[in-house]
Amino acid sequence: MDTNDTICALATPAGVGAIAMIRLSGPESFGIIDQIFEPRSGSPVSLAAGYTLHLGNLTGDEGVIDEVMVSVFRQPHSYTGDDAIEISCHGSPYIQQKIIELLISRGARMATAGEFTMRAFINGKFDLAQAEAVADLIASGSKYAHDLALDQMRGGFSDKIKQLRQELLDFASLVELELDFAEEDVEFADRTKIGKTLDGLETEIETLLKSFQVGNVLKNGIPVAIIGKPNVGKSTLLNTILQEEKAIVSDIPGTTRDSIEDTIIIEGIAFRFIDTAGLRPSMDVIENIGIERTLQRIKEASIILFIFDAASTAEEVQEVLEEHRHLIEDPSKRIILIGNKIDLLIEMPKGFKDLVELETIFISAKRKENINLISDSLLRSVNTQQLADTTIVSNARHYEALSKSLQAIGDIRKGFDSNIPSDLVAIDIRKALHHLGTITGQITTDEILGNIFGKFCIGK
Amino acid sequence: MFETYDIIVVGAGHSGCEAAAAAANMGSKTLLITMNMTNMAQMSCNPAMGGIAKGQIVREIDALGGYSAIVTDHTRIQFRMLNKSKGPAMWSPRAQSDRMLFSMKWREMLEATPNLDFWQDTVVDLMVKDSRVTGVKTAMGQEISAKAVILTNGTFLNGIIHIGKKQFGGGRIGEKASKGLTEHLVKLGFEARRMKTGTPVRVDGRSLNFARLDEQKGDENPQRFSFTDTPNITRQRSCYIAYTNTIVHDTLRTGFLDSPMFTGRIEGIGPRYCPSIEDKIDRFSDKNSHQLFVEPEGWNTNEYYLNGFSSSLPDYVQFAALRKIPGFESAKIFRPGYAIEYDYFPPMQLKFTLETKLIGHLYFAGQINGTTGYEEAGAQGIIAGMNAHLKLNEKPEFILKRSDAYIGVLIDDLITKGVDEPYRMFTSRAEYRILLRQDNADVRLTPMSHAVGLADDERLNRVLRKQETISKLRTFLKKESIAPDDINSYLATIGSAPLSQKVKLENLILRPEISFDEFTKQAPALQNYLATHVNDHHAEVVESAEILIKYDNYIQKEQEIAAKISRLEDIRLHDDFDYHKLKSLSWEAREKLSKIRPGTIGQASRISGVNPSDISVLIVYLGR
Repeated sequence: MDTNDTICALATPAGVGAIAMIRLSGPESFGIIDQIFEPRSGSPVSLAAGYTLHLGNLTGDEGVIDEVMVSVFRQPHSYTGDDAIEISCHGSPYIQQKIIELLISRGARMATAGEFTMRAFINGKFDLAQAEAVADLIASGSKYAHDLALDQMRGGFSDKIKQLRQELLDFASLVELELDFAEEDVEFADRTKIGKTLDGLETEIETLLKSFQVGNVLKNGIPVAIIGKPNVGKSTLLNTILQEEKAIVSDIPGTTRDSIEDTIIIEGIAFRFIDTAGLRPSMDVIENIGIERTLQRIKEASIILFIFDAASTAEEVQEVLEEHRHLIEDPSKRIILIGNKIDLLIEMPKGFKDLVELETIFISAKRKENINLISDSLLRSVNTQQLADTTIVSNARHYEALSKSLQAIGDIRKGFDSNIPSDLVAIDIRKALHHLGTITGQITTDEILGNIFGKFCIGK
Repeated sequence: MFETYDIIVVGAGHSGCEAAAAAANMGSKTLLITMNMTNMAQMSCNPAMGGIAKGQIVREIDALGGYSAIVTDHTRIQFRMLNKSKGPAMWSPRAQSDRMLFSMKWREMLEATPNLDFWQDTVVDLMVKDSRVTGVKTAMGQEISAKAVILTNGTFLNGIIHIGKKQFGGGRIGEKASKGLTEHLVKLGFEARRMKTGTPVRVDGRSLNFARLDEQKGDENPQRFSFTDTPNITRQRSCYIAYTNTIVHDTLRTGFLDSPMFTGRIEGIGPRYCPSIEDKIDRFSDKNSHQLFVEPEGWNTNEYYLNGFSSSLPDYVQFAALRKIPGFESAKIFRPGYAIEYDYFPPMQLKFTLETKLIGHLYFAGQINGTTGYEEAGAQGIIAGMNAHLKLNEKPEFILKRSDAYIGVLIDDLITKGVDEPYRMFTSRAEYRILLRQDNADVRLTPMSHAVGLADDERLNRVLRKQETISKLRTFLKKESIAPDDINSYLATIGSAPLSQKVKLENLILRPEISFDEFTKQAPALQNYLATHVNDHHAEVVESAEILIKYDNYIQKEQEIAAKISRLEDIRLHDDFDYHKLKSLSWEAREKLSKIRPGTIGQASRISGVNPSDISVLIVYLGR
């Protein structure tokens, strides 16, 4: 954990808004902003006084990204106590993502959850009494971000990263083998093979980076699954929500429109609804493949709308919930209970609060009653910490890790090309492993040694 | 019969000897108890010190003021600097020693150490009062009081030796095991487990056909282990390399049914990097030949150690297979190989000082902590000896960080991660390999050791003089230029780009293809400077200066990372910190932190299961 580098993050809620704000804090803030910001005044921001505001263009490698306002904070007079910059840009998720990518490519690091606040604390901006709240924020935020980050990496991405990392690990083992076991009669890697491995790694990471630039989640929306017994009104609810919000049914390019999925944007946030209407045991092979896919989709969902008949007793609901215990206990998922068909009830059901600790909303899908409560709850999931930042943040974090690995691999190649001793090249190999490791979990030297012992006959 | 000692060291292996020497040299009244005074600092395994990563440790022990390097220099029969073709971080000194002289030289040096007494006996129990150790009880019924006790029992605690189906108690072949102590320690609340290691057959050199073996000679210009003025060697003995083949492997396989390893009679975990020969042919069955090193045991003996042929198969199987090795057709053996199982105490029960968390002023060092190797043992011994003395004198602890020394890496790994096989040092375990070189161990550690009273003035002055000479030499190389006409013809001969204008000498030495020594011959000004300004330890100074110039970039990069990380390393965590109170820590982190009780934030961050967010939470709680 570094507490002295320069970090950045989106400070406003994720999603489409009129304006978004991105915060940059740390010793390199001015160095970074000078590289990418052309103020109208012509005088670099690094020369500006604290508490001043500057209009200008933010420019990346591919040209101008946005016209923005930049606010300047001089240490210790900022939120964190370090030098800081706040960039106010237009509210498109695409622009937000681009700007964060740009900051990272110029040397900033994606902040972890609560990190700005933690720095403020370390720099003496808060007193100790506030420590606990800050600690909680860090703990819950990063836990959630991590779970979600992993969730978002399905569809082959995480497999790919794991595979790349394994290749790099094997590579590291080969190099370390030569160093630590030079006296053993093991065969060492020839240099042509090393070059080829590096080629392969570079190409794959570059491809990933390109495909990654505008995050998939951002395009596809937050996955929401609707589950429940047959005939409780799942399809009706989906159609109702679609109709209610139909004016803004997704037309974002690149959205995967599966037959069982619909993407809806509510107040700027994309939600991808997964209909599980066809979920029932079947002997039909084709249908079973469909079910298999649907189950997979449910696993990917961040939010689950669990529908039951409002006429059921709390005990009956509890019983059905039991069957889906693995979903409910999964900390990366938010569960909302929906009691449907209140139009058929004489009086509203009671006692759910005591038995079921989950948020429960009673609606009538047919009469479109209380549908807005569902929308509100979905939005709350996003805005109250639970899903905050995740779309852009996790993408940017992966982007950061990948580009840094790529850079380190470039250094490894340079090292081998100029015939630098391999113990020195190993420094860059470790760096590359470290960065990929931030996506898939930590790498330790034990892992390299384990790999060596497993693969080579070592020992006199 | 006995006075009250400041420190009692139990066991006189590599760890116990270094511990006793350090404690006594710092001024503690010290007693060294060993089961057999004629076997002190015995090399139970191969008669060699150093090697990759281990050689660096020996240099570090020496820089701190230990004896291992001095004893090695006096008793070696061969010296090689390994990995010379790699970068400077990998250069690793290794020596074959005369096994018997090694033990005798150690004893001679210890007997010349002030404040140090000896007693031959077996310690069977500790005296403990109010969670603090007060002395030891011995098999001969002595109760000896001490303010601190260092246990370095090696492989002797409940040691069992296996050769085929035969098994018998023993700490080394021909030596009794130590019984009773483990049980008493467990009663005090310590956790004990079993480990296994092995050793190969010793053969009669008179029966070998050396013409069929590859000779491995010592270096032409042997260097020394110690930074002090120990003698260099003028003659050396060679090692030899032999190869197994499929016939050897097939013969060994005939004994598998009687192998204590494969039949499960051995429960302890052995090291993956030092497998027995049967393990090698079992696990890597596609490999048709394994390399063996035939190492002489001394100047005046024909005994050879067959490194790589470690085995616990029945002696007759070992013998039959041995004779199938080319060059060993009529080999006779002095002693068979064997496996040994022994008790160790999982080292997460220790603090950075190697004091136990459970009992005050009680220290564990060496193989009792689940390590392997004379070097690793000696390193722990010296640290335990120093800290036992410092604590008695209410002085601050002596702790080496991972960026200070391999010894720091060793101890941090042990107490933070524990061990699941005998722990041996590898350079890849160190994050700051480029900083932890054998050439700069004195610069890194002697001043630190001197500051707490172990390394003497002479050692310190020597380091300071060396550093000054190096820095002046570097200044000279930065200022002095050389003209194209004077050097281009030489550059052409080694395929280095010619100069078009004058450059500073340093810029040429920076080039990987240019060696300082060769270059010196071409540059009269430099030759002249060296002759007039670098009188003592010429080779050492030149080596260090060349490394510092050539690898400056990398050294600086690692120094920066180490400096960044050290911000966290230095934040102390209190022993009684209640991690369960911190609900914002993950459940796993709370459990692990409560169990291991790390000494610093840095250590906490290396515990598996403690995530970066947990570390942030801790930092916040500690109030920056």
